[in-house]
Amino acid sequence: MIQIDLLSESSLIAYLGEGIDPALSCRVRQVANAVQREYGALLVDMVPSYNSLHITFCPGRIDGTQLTEKLQPLLQRLEEEPLDNAVEATVEIPVYYGSEVALDMAEVTGRSGLTGPEVIALHSGACYRVYAIGFSPGFCYLGSVPERLATPRKGTPRRKVPAGSVAIADRQTAIYPDDSPGGWQVLGRTPLPMHPADERALRLQVGGLVRFKAIDREEFLLLGGRLI
Amino acid sequence: MSFEVLKPGVLSLIQDFGRYGWQQLGYTQGGPMDEHAFLWANRLLGNRPDAPQIEITYGGLELRVIGRTMAAVTGADLNATLNGEPLQHWFSFPLQTGDRLFFSHPRNGLRAYLAVRGGLTIPVTMGSCATVMRERVGGLDGKGGKLQQGDTLPWYEQERSRPQGVPWRFVPDYTATLTMRLIAGYQHRHFPPKALHRLYSESYRVSQKIDRMGYCLSGAPIECPLDGIVSEGISYGAVQIPSDGQPIVLLKDRQTIGGYPKLGCIAALDAGKLAQRMSGATVRFTPARLPEVTAERLRFYKFFGVTC
Repeated sequence: MIQIDLLSESSLIAYLGEGIDPALSCRVRQVANAVQREYGALLVDMVPSYNSLHITFCPGRIDGTQLTEKLQPLLQRLEEEPLDNAVEATVEIPVYYGSEVALDMAEVTGRSGLTGPEVIALHSGACYRVYAIGFSPGFCYLGSVPERLATPRKGTPRRKVPAGSVAIADRQTAIYPDDSPGGWQVLGRTPLPMHPADERALRLQVGGLVRFKAIDREEFLLLGGRLI
Repeated sequence: MSFEVLKPGVLSLIQDFGRYGWQQLGYTQGGPMDEHAFLWANRLLGNRPDAPQIEITYGGLELRVIGRTMAAVTGADLNATLNGEPLQHWFSFPLQTGDRLFFSHPRNGLRAYLAVRGGLTIPVTMGSCATVMRERVGGLDGKGGKLQQGDTLPWYEQERSRPQGVPWRFVPDYTATLTMRLIAGYQHRHFPPKALHRLYSESYRVSQKIDRMGYCLSGAPIECPLDGIVSEGISYGAVQIPSDGQPIVLLKDRQTIGGYPKLGCIAALDAGKLAQRMSGATVRFTPARLPEVTAERLRFYKFFGVTC
């Protein structure tokens, strides 16, 4: 079910399905790539998300109704094509789950009844998909966290979650690219730079796949991780 | 040549026309809250439409001039003075070394724009120098800082020329009641007719919660049958309805994605006018016809030479 809605003089949104689903996320990525390839020159910005693709276009270069008419057959055609799921490489992100950085491990073990090592095994054992990027630059919403590990957000958000913190909220997980306020439950920290302003940073894309790899304190420090 | 910041004021930010092409990574648009005033300031000086300026919110900014140039002030009337004398607003004027510019407090509108001929020369980050404090990007240091005492804002020296003014019919009165044209979209069809009737018939007040991200309005609550939605991209001017039913209009520094239901977007030119309203101002909604507001925006951009 594809639906394209004009939103304003310079924006539209294409809904490619409903809800949160790995195949749908893959479809969003495929459509975003195709739209960029075919019509990139007419566009100003694209925001892919769970089940939609938001497009800002230049009204001086193309009329919204015309763009919709161009996108409709392209999206229809893509819907009939198989998903290019197989070619997707999984990005591995090292995480130190030690007590100095796992600020909410106690709350998560308390709520879930799991032990610390079980939490780490579950969190690093799953493969996650990037469903959306937003909230702040480089903040990726990854899903889905194994059901047993799912933990709601903190009652009171932290004033400052340190950059690199790896955290969960319900069945989502994310890495804070920068120091910021936040209410997610922090389980560990990656030594890798994640902020897009940093040239060395990993640039994840919506639809991409991610795995976390547990590392020890020594490796964390060796890779440039900071404990404060 | 430069402006030296003697007093930074409440919120004085360097802005160009915004950061485009980075929303995929979570960067917001940024840029002038009031495009009309910003574009007139550059036009009065013969600048490129996107030349960097200072957006002065509330006032309190004092600058010392080093060098010679032409400058222009548009947007809100912040009781601006040049060497203690009232400054003619919506006009260009010459500046020379030793001059002092001061923006006191709002009399009409909320945000003034100060441009110099040729524009401020500010390095860009992610293709723009638009300051977004929350994202720590843009501005003088590239890290999203607002202006600070002691900052030096560079520009190239320029010849004096005859002052130019904006024709009176283009100078807005920001104290007038604003009617915002709403383009139905997003989850509009999920709202019951009663809620829509209420939205279009009641007036709303601009609340205390206003910033560059968005304007929270207060008034008759709009009931929405949806609790939340799957997060999706947010357009400029989107009208979001949180669970308390009080509309929020999302502006230049809005978050790129969000999960609240939305009624649609107000016309971009109306969003710019909203940004000049202070807490307590009255605003109304009316249904828009998309072809009409699109044609109006195209004429507007064409007039100012904006290519996008």
